[in-house]
Amino acid sequence: MEKQIILNAQQFDLTVTRLCHELLEQHMDFSDSVLIGLQPRGIHLVTRMLEKLKEILPHDPLCGSLDITFHRDDFRRREAPLIPSITNINFSIENKRIILVDDVLFTGRTIRSGLDALLAYGRPSQVQLLVLIDRRFKRDLPIQADYVGKSVDTLNHERVHVRWKHIDGMDNVELYLKQVHE
Amino acid sequence: MNNLSVPHLLGIQDLNLSDIQTIFKTADAFKEVINRPIKKVPSLRDITLANVFFENSTRTRLSFELAAKRLSAEVVNFSASNSSVKKGETLIDTVNNILAMKVDMVVLRHESPGAALFLSQHTSAKIINAGDGTHEHPTQALLDAYSLGEKLGSLEGKKVAIVGDILHSRVALSNIHCLQKLGAEVMVCGPSTLIPKHISLLNVRVSHNLREALLWSDAVNMLRIQLERQEAEYFPSLRDYSLNFGLTQSLLDSLDKELVIMHPGPINRGVEITSEVADGSHSIILNQVENGVAIRMAVIYLLASTIER
Repeated sequence: MEKQIILNAQQFDLTVTRLCHELLEQHMDFSDSVLIGLQPRGIHLVTRMLEKLKEILPHDPLCGSLDITFHRDDFRRREAPLIPSITNINFSIENKRIILVDDVLFTGRTIRSGLDALLAYGRPSQVQLLVLIDRRFKRDLPIQADYVGKSVDTLNHERVHVRWKHIDGMDNVELYLKQVHE
Repeated sequence: MNNLSVPHLLGIQDLNLSDIQTIFKTADAFKEVINRPIKKVPSLRDITLANVFFENSTRTRLSFELAAKRLSAEVVNFSASNSSVKKGETLIDTVNNILAMKVDMVVLRHESPGAALFLSQHTSAKIINAGDGTHEHPTQALLDAYSLGEKLGSLEGKKVAIVGDILHSRVALSNIHCLQKLGAEVMVCGPSTLIPKHISLLNVRVSHNLREALLWSDAVNMLRIQLERQEAEYFPSLRDYSLNFGLTQSLLDSLDKELVIMHPGPINRGVEITSEVADGSHSIILNQVENGVAIRMAVIYLLASTIER
């Protein structure tokens, strides 16, 4: 198996559109709801969803980005320290309904760190999780998503890569084998 | 790649440009952290840091303690005035006893130049130099340059004057190294008795006229007269020093230019700088203090990442 396309450009767009509508079902006019993208790749999904939500909602929903570097559980288990990305939450999350957004859900460790980092900003009334790709059966922690673009069954040595039109020139999701040197 | 090129922070002289940039980039993120409602991240939960201070300090010790605590590290404070040093214990013995209690990092301030280097060669802990005599005070220089960068953007080609007691100042030496590595030009200014004889070997300009120095520079770092280190009379009187090298509002107004004012603290108001200038709109003195915590968090974080378990 070389590379396998899990979502092509058309399916990609349909999936993101569906996720937006699922959110609207639950959050109606987004008056108390906030989208927060996890750095570095979750913010692209927020950007894309925002474009679509703006067409439907009377006002722009609140959005932020969250960096989890300092909340990771693998500090000092890596060869070099990670340099953090930007956290941008310039509003109070107190009593808000938060939707954490990431591209791929795998072990659940990033989301665990994300929850920890998020709660340093206050006490939201609810936190939900939205992911584009859910790699089932490979969870290290008891964490599940509330909104899932597509679920895939993958092996440990496989990699899922999400490409974004505004970053990588095209929208798609690929599954490929991990290189030995990775 | 994101690792520092040094295992300890002993002086700015040992750092390269990329080290300084990595520290600044990490400090950006920590500055955001310390402005959150909950100013604490769990990164260093398993690290213990000892503040070992053989000289007095308010700002630096407090800043290091807050930095470590906001990274969730355990902190113990040691000051020589109420310790067994008085009973004749040596530096290595003191520190090895602290390390035997499973301390991972030591922040050391000592009156002897080279004390931090010496300790790094004879103990297993990560050492951060918080001032070794008249030699270096690297975190102060880093936070000075970082604060200046916030105000001026890139320091490439910028002109910075360091004014005052250059002879006894570790802040001056660390600042010279740090600013030059970032591409800035440096001038030192003070009475000739307080300028080291061979300072021009460091490629800095020398002036004995404050007005001339201020006209040349984009920013000025006013140093305190370190009376506690002076074993002789270096100038006729404090009043005389203040008249010649004190920064006053009227002097500043007469220059008719934008000038960033820095001071590493503690300030002797009315000696090297008047209250009006220290508290004025061009002063970034309190920004320096705020950034000090972020810079020290970055240094502790980056050094701790190489501790092996």
